[in-house]
Amino acid sequence: MQNILAIWQREMKSYFVSPIAYVVLTVFLFITGLFFFGYVAQLSSAQMGQIQQAIDVPGIITRGLFNTISVVLLFIVPMLTMGLFAEEKKRGTIELLLTTPVGNLQTLIGKYLASLAFLLLMLLGSAITIFPLFVYSKPELKPVLSGYLGLFLFGSAMLAVGLFISTLTENQIVAVIITFGVSLVLWLVEIFAPTSGAAKSVVSYLSVISHLEDFIKGVIDSTHVIFYVTFAFVGLFLAYRSLESMRWKG
Amino acid sequence: MIEVEHLSKVYNGRKAVDDISFKVEKGEILGFLGPNGAGKTTTMRILTCFMPATEGTARVAGYDVFEESLEVRKRIGYLPENPPLYPEMSVESYLDFVAKIKGAKSNRKAQVGEVVEKCGLGDARSRIIGRLSKGYKQRVGLAQALLNNPEVLILDEPTIGLDPNQIHEVRSLIKGLAYSHTVILSTHILPEVSMTCSRVVIINKGKVVAMNTPEGLADQMKGTERISLTVDGPPDEICEKIKSIDGVLSVQKEEGKSGGPHTFIVESKLNSDLRPALATVVASAGWKLLDLRGVSMSLEDVFINLTTNEQE
Repeated sequence: MQNILAIWQREMKSYFVSPIAYVVLTVFLFITGLFFFGYVAQLSSAQMGQIQQAIDVPGIITRGLFNTISVVLLFIVPMLTMGLFAEEKKRGTIELLLTTPVGNLQTLIGKYLASLAFLLLMLLGSAITIFPLFVYSKPELKPVLSGYLGLFLFGSAMLAVGLFISTLTENQIVAVIITFGVSLVLWLVEIFAPTSGAAKSVVSYLSVISHLEDFIKGVIDSTHVIFYVTFAFVGLFLAYRSLESMRWKG
Repeated sequence: MIEVEHLSKVYNGRKAVDDISFKVEKGEILGFLGPNGAGKTTTMRILTCFMPATEGTARVAGYDVFEESLEVRKRIGYLPENPPLYPEMSVESYLDFVAKIKGAKSNRKAQVGEVVEKCGLGDARSRIIGRLSKGYKQRVGLAQALLNNPEVLILDEPTIGLDPNQIHEVRSLIKGLAYSHTVILSTHILPEVSMTCSRVVIINKGKVVAMNTPEGLADQMKGTERISLTVDGPPDEICEKIKSIDGVLSVQKEEGKSGGPHTFIVESKLNSDLRPALATVVASAGWKLLDLRGVSMSLEDVFINLTTNEQE
């Protein structure tokens, strides 16, 4: 436990002494704010015009925003994980980690938790953007919370994939590009799905973002929770095996 | 303390370490000597559980490096070839981190203070590692290895990149560790071995070519007496003539210009001074004897002899 904490702390510190954390946070919050503004502006101009029946304005805004955040996360998550192991390999500090009594699993968990903490921080930051909605209107709280849960689970799954890819190379750029490519494929896989039949449901099941839809609508469906958790576990398991094999390859 | 038996490591189809066996007793400082690429680092990496051996076993403090890797890792301090540093951390927070992952408990602060003191890092405590000079970085690496007071220290070229003063300091630091710690250090600086180590293992191309005390090693090589001889005359004939002298083991002509005087290195049995005999032979054949003297062997000669003979 002490080891996990030590690794976690060091990783958090290193996020915040390098410019990466600040750049990632700034870009993320800027884009979130920009889209929030966009949705609000679009709706308010539409409302002044032709629409007569009552519509759930805050609901539309949060749903739109969550969809945007999910896409932004797809781009940003690879940047949070690229250095986790690639950097250790490049600097040779992996030699320190593998020759001290820290277990591989502890190293892995410490690092993963650090990236999760950063994800949480980003999501909390984006809540500031949504906050005015609660001041000026009465949005339903449940879809907002379930939406955040969904985004967090989705992010954790992607972080685990990124972590695994970071163990494969000692070049951060390679890690970030491969992770980005993999994320993109996992997102767009739906496009390649056949139009009907069992194959369609299998392929679209694999699409990481499609599982978010229910969360954003305010429904917490256990199948989606299980999907993301399983996804994260597979990622972490692969990362663990890859770390173990590092000893063999030398 | 450390037992290595028939250790081999195949690396991309090449044998980096080839059937190495040696033992290190408790409190000893063992010097690991060899040219670059001889397999020093690989052997050390196996001993520190960083990579497994292809064949053979190694035990550190009674634990097998492969089977009981965690127990071994608790008992070693390792300074790799490139000190494993996080450039963005300060010296103190880095050492604190290493102390934590090495399992130091409540006395962490005192321990960090102690190694900082030992390695002369007092004035660099709060500096950022990335901005330190090479010498300081090396010392931080050494400090890191000393944390948690490990029984066994494995130091891969500990004095590389240091200036002469610092080299002196680090050497005396390492010497001071003997008795309480068991140390293996690798180097290709020869005087370092005779100054700090109680025993030397010379390896070349993955094989142990010699193992002895530094003095013993020089004596061992002195099993032959060497004489340098410069003569003006036909080289082949001279070679023949010298070889026919009783007691000569070998004659080697030094590479040089084709005409003019030639220099030969004559090896003979120990305690047999062949100089008079050589002088007589040369003079009676009518050649001009220009120079004749005994050549002593330094550790450097031993090293070159052992590691180059292998290649021929």
